[in-house]
Amino acid sequence: MTTQTIEKSKPNVGFFRGLLIRRSTSLIIAILLAIAFTCIVLEMMNADPVQVFKTMWQGAFGSWDAFTQVLQAWVPLILATMGLMFTFTAGLWNIGMEGQIEMGAIFSYAVIRHFTGTATPGGLVIVLAFLSGILGGMIWALLVGLLKNYGNVNEIFGGLGFNFIADAILLFLVYGPWKPPGVAQGSTKMLDAIYWLPQLKSSYLSLWALAVAIIGVIVVTILLKGTYFGLKLKAVGKNPKSSFMLGIPTSRYMLLAFALCGVFAGLVGALQVTGFQHVLRNSISGGYGYMGLMVGMLSNLQPLLAVPIAFIFIAISKGAAGLAIDMQLDTNLAGVIQGTLVLCVMIMNGVRTLLIKKSRGS
Amino acid sequence: MDSPLIFSFASIFGWAGPVIFAVMGETLTERAGVINLSLNGSIILAAMVGFAAASTTGSFTLGFLAGAAIGALVAMLIAFMSITLKQNQVAVGYVLAMATKSLAYFLGAAFVGKPVMQLPVVPLPILSKIPIIGPILFQQTILTYLSYLTVIACYFWIFKMRPGLTLQGIGERPAAAYVRGADVNRLRYIYTAVGGALVGVGGALYSLSVKTWNGQLSGIDGIGWIALAITIFGGWHPVKGAIGAYFFVLLQWLGITLQPVLPNVNSRIFQVAPFPLMILALLLVNIGNAEWVDRTLAGLPEDSRKLANKVLRGMRTTPPAALGIPFENE
Repeated sequence: MTTQTIEKSKPNVGFFRGLLIRRSTSLIIAILLAIAFTCIVLEMMNADPVQVFKTMWQGAFGSWDAFTQVLQAWVPLILATMGLMFTFTAGLWNIGMEGQIEMGAIFSYAVIRHFTGTATPGGLVIVLAFLSGILGGMIWALLVGLLKNYGNVNEIFGGLGFNFIADAILLFLVYGPWKPPGVAQGSTKMLDAIYWLPQLKSSYLSLWALAVAIIGVIVVTILLKGTYFGLKLKAVGKNPKSSFMLGIPTSRYMLLAFALCGVFAGLVGALQVTGFQHVLRNSISGGYGYMGLMVGMLSNLQPLLAVPIAFIFIAISKGAAGLAIDMQLDTNLAGVIQGTLVLCVMIMNGVRTLLIKKSRGS
Repeated sequence: MDSPLIFSFASIFGWAGPVIFAVMGETLTERAGVINLSLNGSIILAAMVGFAAASTTGSFTLGFLAGAAIGALVAMLIAFMSITLKQNQVAVGYVLAMATKSLAYFLGAAFVGKPVMQLPVVPLPILSKIPIIGPILFQQTILTYLSYLTVIACYFWIFKMRPGLTLQGIGERPAAAYVRGADVNRLRYIYTAVGGALVGVGGALYSLSVKTWNGQLSGIDGIGWIALAITIFGGWHPVKGAIGAYFFVLLQWLGITLQPVLPNVNSRIFQVAPFPLMILALLLVNIGNAEWVDRTLAGLPEDSRKLANKVLRGMRTTPPAALGIPFENE
């Protein structure tokens, strides 16, 4: 309401301009633009948009089973996004998230593999697997940070490089030493059920995983919004040079951001193995790192805002999964909608700042 | 004369074509001060559109033009959003890399199984008769010859011609170039579009010659990121960039050639191995810029320090000073 009165007090702000300048209407226009673009794309494939959106809604929320699957997939995405909040805040692009998740999965699977068949209680093994996964993700993230700090390799390319290496290691393991007997399938043997995170009856959802996600959101929100550490990290991200002048050890904070992001990546990896997939397989990271970057961008450094955005993104992904069966459409529609959504929001943001600047200047 | 080894060696120059086009395009764009991070998606989208256009019209020319147009279009979107709308260039590029790839796979599903078009090999009249070099370099498709010419043209344009001087100016010191009469943002738009068009030609080359469109481009996902890395590896220099591209394709070729020699290693490993190796190469060219290297070198005795400095200087690359920084004329 207050913004509204401020906008109205400005001279020469017409009706349409007002729509573009106001934050809420600007966002609505962005969403409408994204939907319009999606409809055009669907028309190109001779698909009826209404039918497609209906199928997607059914696929995501049509049944309790579908809904629990959305909720279950929301867990790794929100955790990945929470990790990325640290690197985003520090002004870093951790595109290496994907490889860090893979490393977390490899490390946690290694522990379970080691203890399989021994008398060690399953619960203890799961805890160890999580700790090991966190370690794996952290190491992989720190390597990117070290390369940036001491090798002058931009974190985007360092991260991509380590994604490729993690891919290679994962492939080597599942097709090589960790291959189950018989023909190579690109995955290991299924874990014994005692090493699975407990699940809700007759669903894939694990309340433990959900709890980890919620705690993760709370911890990150407090760390970034309520502590001196969060403030300093933000300063490093906004202006590394002047924060260095002010006495913040910039490179140490950047490394710390990478390490913390790696912790969350490792968590996601461990969850993928113990909670969701119950095997180590090719592309275990599930694209959550890449998607998390987009969710993080949209959330504008607000951890709590990421909660609904991640939910919408996952609902789109899960909804699109049903398209292949029901309408013979490619599931990559999800990526098209998500990407267009982010682009349209950015465009409308740009238009908004441009107009505000203009009306101030004139 | 046409021994299998030479034939196999010749394929390196054919395969490298798309990478060369992409690296040259990105070199021009980044020289102007704009980062087009979308390559990994725009290459695949251009490949899909190029294939669709060529397959439905039966014309290679239209296929390549369509690919170039798509590449330029995506690049223009980046220019518009970063230069005019002042959005983060890296963010825009990343999202476009993701979105265009998904779009290519989604729309491209309709063109699976459509008639495949493969560029014919056109041996050059006299040059192809040169022993060894002839069959390797000059028994290629027209687009491969064009890729050689593009490298040479880019080199002369950037370093030997007047507009190239302005191009360097808007990437290094845009304010100074502006004072001297260059319309910085307009030129940045143009170079981004031209660079994007070259990337698009590279994409179309994948689906019309090197590979074909089967709903995706097998083994090609990731090539856009590599092209970006090669651009840095080459120090924004067309010839060095081309060397980087050939080096990368050589690694891929070695992977395929070595595979029968080491049968117990899974073939997928050979496919992915060149990618991390390329990033390691990137580390080598960048490490000379790090402060701690200078400090360590300072402690060495005179002779070895000079040698080390020489080696590192030789490999060291520095980006255009205003790369990724928006320009505002006051």
